[in-house]
Amino acid sequence: MDLVQKNLLEQVAGLHEVPEGAYNIRANGSKLGRNTTANIDIVSKTDKDGIDIIIKPGTVNESVHIPVLLSQSGLQECVYNDFYIGEGADVTIVAGCGIHNCGVDTSKHDGIHTFYLEKGAKVRYVERHYGEGDGNGENIMNPQTIVHLKEDSYMEMETTQIKGIDSTNRVTRGDLADGARLEIHEKIMTHGKQYAKTDFSVDLNGDNSSCNLVSRSVAKGESKQEFFSIMNGNAACAGHSECDAIIMDHGCVTASPQLTANSIDANLIHEAAIGKIAGEQLIKLMTLGLTEKEAEEQIINGFLK
Amino acid sequence: MLELRNISYEVDDNHDNKEILKDVSVKIEDHFVAITGPNGGGKSTLAKMIAGIIKPTSGQILLDGEDITEFDITERAKKGISFAFQQPVHFKGLTVKDMITIAAGKDMTVTEICNILSEVGLCAREYIDREINSSLSGGELKRIEIAMIAARGTKMSIFDEPEAGIDLWSFNSLIKVFEKMRDEINGTILIISHQERILNIADKIIVIADGRLEKVGTKEEVLPALLDTAESCKTLTDKL
Ligand SMILES: Nc1ncnc2c1ncn2[C@@H]1O[C@H](COP(=O)(O)OP(=O)(O)O)[C@@H](O)[C@H]1O
Ligand SMILES: [Mg+2]
Repeated sequence: MDLVQKNLLEQVAGLHEVPEGAYNIRANGSKLGRNTTANIDIVSKTDKDGIDIIIKPGTVNESVHIPVLLSQSGLQECVYNDFYIGEGADVTIVAGCGIHNCGVDTSKHDGIHTFYLEKGAKVRYVERHYGEGDGNGENIMNPQTIVHLKEDSYMEMETTQIKGIDSTNRVTRGDLADGARLEIHEKIMTHGKQYAKTDFSVDLNGDNSSCNLVSRSVAKGESKQEFFSIMNGNAACAGHSECDAIIMDHGCVTASPQLTANSIDANLIHEAAIGKIAGEQLIKLMTLGLTEKEAEEQIINGFLK
Repeated sequence: MLELRNISYEVDDNHDNKEILKDVSVKIEDHFVAITGPNGGGKSTLAKMIAGIIKPTSGQILLDGEDITEFDITERAKKGISFAFQQPVHFKGLTVKDMITIAAGKDMTVTEICNILSEVGLCAREYIDREINSSLSGGELKRIEIAMIAARGTKMSIFDEPEAGIDLWSFNSLIKVFEKMRDEINGTILIISHQERILNIADKIIVIADGRLEKVGTKEEVLPALLDTAESCKTLTDKL
């Protein structure tokens, strides 16, 4: 691993060296390293680019890291990763993509992640996106996450995109059986002329299934963000989505929630708030001795924490 | 010492010139000074002006002899002015710990934050990681607002109606907080209040009514007349 890749790895996975437990590191389109454990197997796909991650039933307290690093300008790839989480397993999966683009060509990573959670399985899924570069090349990422949650399974998804991605179209699809729960926290910050789109759609098919989607974002500069969310309540379920955005400079944010209740016992809520930083928040922090700029940073930091 | 010299403040209210403060001059040099007077009299306006949130139309503000009239909010905060708002501001994501740390202007250990929170009667363990938002009650937010001022420990601390919106039980313990502050804090405490118990512990009371400085004096000089007018409000006595 060279220095650039090491830095990317730290940004997307918080790792300095190779991680503990199972991992698969992909760098510039090829396998840089892989480790499997007694309970977690990682197998390369033969029909297309990507891997299968197979987690045995009952596996607990284990983690899988699958960082993707792109440091070669102009590289474009589309990767399929499928996760099979066995009954009663309880694991943490850390995925992330870091792009370092110092050339003039467009670097692009499209990752399609499909999760199959068996009964009672629990997954904490963390995804970080990060881009950097000193050239004029664009960094594009289009992650797709598709989750199939069987009875009483639980998935917690945490996605972060704070820096350096010029264009992103994040697609999330989910279907939930009886008692399944899906919790999604998304954080996005865009600046310059960046564009970010969240396209979220979930079917709450089972009784007592629930979904909570919380999106917090900051749009600076001339950047543009769009938030689309669809929740279909097809049973006695609970759905909640929340889009909270701060706009600065000439940033622009659109929120389009759509709730459909197909069952009399479906309970669906959406909240959206878009606006600039409240003047009184700035004033309060300034009376504590911060400059306006420092106050702004504190407010945004806290908001995206 | 803080000195206000001929402070006037006018705003454009629907193309009508509205005089909110009219030629107010006063020196604030005692340790514990209370400002009181009827609602709408201009007390909060005066406090905001001292903190630099609004600028006077005319007149000067001097802090220890230095003219700070043109200083902005940050500069005044750095000069040692702290201001607890009448309505605490909500923050999404920022916690009690964050705010106390920002107020203190340095990294704070959990023990240090604990000490400050216990000063205002809050158990740190329960509060330290709470967000400053509507999940906290009005009384809790007011206490945290006061704790931030305590964490700064500057030479001039201004509190705008700290008792407002607080239930009686909390109020009793809040009075203790101010009694304690009076005994322990160096520098000047300027507190806007309608509460007799607060006025009673003040070294000086300033009465502001209808944008004017109506009276300045010790509690012996000011309180009797004040309580008298309150009692002799005719319409109210008639109704009782
Ligand atoms: N920006 C403004 N525009 C118009 N009227 C104002 C403005 N700021 C304050 N006022 C008015 O000035 C008066 C004094 O307000 P304030 O200082 O809040 O009084 P107090 O704190 O003594 O109750 C009130 O009548 C208030 O409505
Ligand atoms: Mg007031």
